[in-house]
Amino acid sequence: MEEKTDVVSLPLLGGKAPDFEAPTTQGTLRLSDFKGSWLVLFSHPADFTPVCTTEFMAFSEIYDELQKRNTELLGLSVDSVSSHIAWIRNVEEKMGVKIPFPIIADLNKEVSTLFGMIHPAQSKTETIRCVFIIDPEGIVRTILYYPLTTGRNMQEILRIIDALQTTDEHKVATPANWKPGDPVVVPPPGTTEQAEERVKEGYDCKDWYLCYKKL
Amino acid sequence: MIAMPCVSPDGKPTSSGFATLKAVKGGASSPKEIGDATGQPLFRVRSGLRELVSAGFLEMSEYKYILTSDGENVL
Repeated sequence: MEEKTDVVSLPLLGGKAPDFEAPTTQGTLRLSDFKGSWLVLFSHPADFTPVCTTEFMAFSEIYDELQKRNTELLGLSVDSVSSHIAWIRNVEEKMGVKIPFPIIADLNKEVSTLFGMIHPAQSKTETIRCVFIIDPEGIVRTILYYPLTTGRNMQEILRIIDALQTTDEHKVATPANWKPGDPVVVPPPGTTEQAEERVKEGYDCKDWYLCYKKL
Repeated sequence: MIAMPCVSPDGKPTSSGFATLKAVKGGASSPKEIGDATGQPLFRVRSGLRELVSAGFLEMSEYKYILTSDGENVL
């Protein structure tokens, strides 16, 4: 007999992030409440666990930098609001770090299922370390998945937001290992005529298809 | 239990709920204006406004938030 499998349509880059309403440590929030801001929606496996604690302290450390980028943070795990509150109070008391952002209590796994945050081969009961970067219009712009054992790199999250905002503002792309202040990549020409003109346009061109410019 | 930051379980506004109601009384009528007046992030303002409307302290009129009589009385 054929095994029946539920197929969930997950958010994809460029698509609208599905709206939801969920209890959080800062009240009942909807994804649409964040319209107008960039949002880093991230999941962690469980409260009171070591790697997650280091990540929450690290997210708090970049909170001010995120605010400068019009970016909010929203955490999620399948723990309860009471567990979240107890954990962030413990982190503040023992580690001296205040957690300023809301955390979803996804006890019914509604939001984690919607966003594909549970990978059963890793854990059937915990969310893995997902990061969804969602723009002010609610469009999914980046998806990162990390395994349970690997804590996230906050500088990479900041770098991605800088890159996305630079792309939106200047209609350019960013090369490998780009960081703010580095030259950006001019979108490649679409026609032979544009290709011939491109090398005369004053950019730093390695060839017609790879041209850099300073912003 | 549903967590409500602007309305406490006994049905009274919390400190952030009072701040929102005072901002509306002071003339702020959109989420952006209320956020500017209270210093709360926009997502918190939107969430709080839903609670305050649901609790009967605010209502919407022509896309603007205004105090109800309960909202006036509680201030």
